[in-house]
Amino acid sequence: MKRTLGEDMSLPMRLLTYAILIVGAVVMLLPFVWMLSTACKPPQELNLIPVRLIPQNPVCFENVSALYDRSEDFNNYLRNSALVTLGRTLGQLITCSLAAYGFARFKFPGREIIFALSLGLLMVPFQAIMIPEYLLVRQIGWLNTFQALIVPGIFSAFAMFLLRQAFLQIPLELEESALLDGANPLQVLWYVVLPLSAAAVAAFGVITVQAAWNDFLFPLVVAPTNADTRVATIGIALLQGQRDTPWNLLMMASFIATMPMLLLFVVLQRYFIEGVSMSGLAGR
Amino acid sequence: MATRTSNLSTANPATPRAWRWLGATPMARRRALWGIALIAPNVLGLLFFFGIPVLMAFVTSLTEWSGFANRLPVFVGVENFGRLLVDADFWQALGVTLSLLMMTVPVGMALALGVALLLNQKLQGRAIFRTIYFLPVITSTVAATAVWTWIFQPRYGLVSAALAPFGLGDLNWLTRPDLILIPVAVVVIWQRLGFDMILFLAGLQNIPRTLYEAATIDGASGWQRFRFITLPLLSPTTFLIGVLATIGAFQIFDQVYIMTARTTRGGVGGSATTLSLFLYETAFTQSELGYASAIALALFLVTLLVTLIQLRLQRRWVYYESDAT
Repeated sequence: MKRTLGEDMSLPMRLLTYAILIVGAVVMLLPFVWMLSTACKPPQELNLIPVRLIPQNPVCFENVSALYDRSEDFNNYLRNSALVTLGRTLGQLITCSLAAYGFARFKFPGREIIFALSLGLLMVPFQAIMIPEYLLVRQIGWLNTFQALIVPGIFSAFAMFLLRQAFLQIPLELEESALLDGANPLQVLWYVVLPLSAAAVAAFGVITVQAAWNDFLFPLVVAPTNADTRVATIGIALLQGQRDTPWNLLMMASFIATMPMLLLFVVLQRYFIEGVSMSGLAGR
Repeated sequence: MATRTSNLSTANPATPRAWRWLGATPMARRRALWGIALIAPNVLGLLFFFGIPVLMAFVTSLTEWSGFANRLPVFVGVENFGRLLVDADFWQALGVTLSLLMMTVPVGMALALGVALLLNQKLQGRAIFRTIYFLPVITSTVAATAVWTWIFQPRYGLVSAALAPFGLGDLNWLTRPDLILIPVAVVVIWQRLGFDMILFLAGLQNIPRTLYEAATIDGASGWQRFRFITLPLLSPTTFLIGVLATIGAFQIFDQVYIMTARTTRGGVGGSATTLSLFLYETAFTQSELGYASAIALALFLVTLLVTLIQLRLQRRWVYYESDAT
């Protein structure tokens, strides 16, 4: 590993570096700590001055049940988020790895122009097409359905581009020998190409999961009013919008909705960071 | 199949003309068909769910339409764009968006570069710091903004508690038009820092170590090494992050929507209404789909314009190794 700066830092410099990094880390972590702390406070402790970081009488579990009393369907929202996340990620993995393989290894008329046009869509932010997207979804009768939340999300120029980059790194000979053994392209993709690009697929997978779980504007546009298909982010927004929702319950809801991604990140950190580097490179 | 008998199928009269465009040999044609079949699901899906909406966006922007199913759009030409030019709310939203851009991009990038420089050294616990700084990136913006809204509550929030000794404990961060963009900018910067840091770290790792060694032998100070090696060699990364952060700033929506959900959505007097929120409200609260489509196009064009300006300016300050021969 290359180290570029500060090879021989003096002790005071070293201490200063640590001090800055620790102060920064506290600022980064404080909202998480404050979220958990508030989520475990009884109502009468919310407006205490001076502020206390550790609740005097922690009531974590009571607050969980109080949250579900107030928002009975919150578990359904979480389940819906999970369903949408799973559907989008698996769907994207299928459509985008097929397309990435097609663009990486097959010659056909119009290949370059179709690829360029697909990538052109990356230039268009969702905001710019949110109204036609809503109209389209309404026109095909999908408003407030799971189809609307999942299906448009399984097509992605971005994932296709990233996976194609990864597939191009694989030595051709490996695929050719499989083809000579009589495998068809789908088998080659499944048994040779995907395993060899497992790291890239995992990196793509975690950033897709993260984006789908945290998505807010898209569900707000295509499934705004049906409680049966409501996702967790919308559920939190509704709680936030009700002025009488106590802060401890709102923080509990935020905490519950944040936990899955935090756990996933702790386990798969490497792939998250790789995914970010990859998407950065894609922007180049 | 007659084509199977010959490898030179270009000369094979048995090959139907209609298939020639796919490829010269049967093998090539088979591969071409496979390729088309493989790309078809994603490309058709993109075309249907994103390509068609792009075209629809232009058409809708030329109409006046409430969007209610029993009403038809009325063609009004470029009237919506004329209205845009004289709509004070639009200019305010553009101003709010540009303010947030100026408040978040330079500060956020400077902080991210600072952290990346510190973490690019031999340090105990580098990995832990990197993890901590990255955590906000993977957090849902909605949940994160809810927490920050609570932190910025007047009087009982953390920030108010910290400022109380200075007599600033009662500042109404969320309802004062002159203050509301500060908490919004804090959330944006806090959540983006880790992302930019990772990209900066990747850029720093790519700078050849030998350059620093040579410069040290030549007697360059730490500052000089930073100024004349790190900054220029990092400039492609800096440029990339700048463009990504700018595009991101034009799309700020979740933060302002959530942060003002308890008070007045979009801030008192529209003080926190970004272009994205203005567009959303016009479309889905005011039910003016035609006019909102014109706003959407304006948002896209402004983003494109700023990106193009950045691309033009990059020649002045971005150093690409391949340029130096």
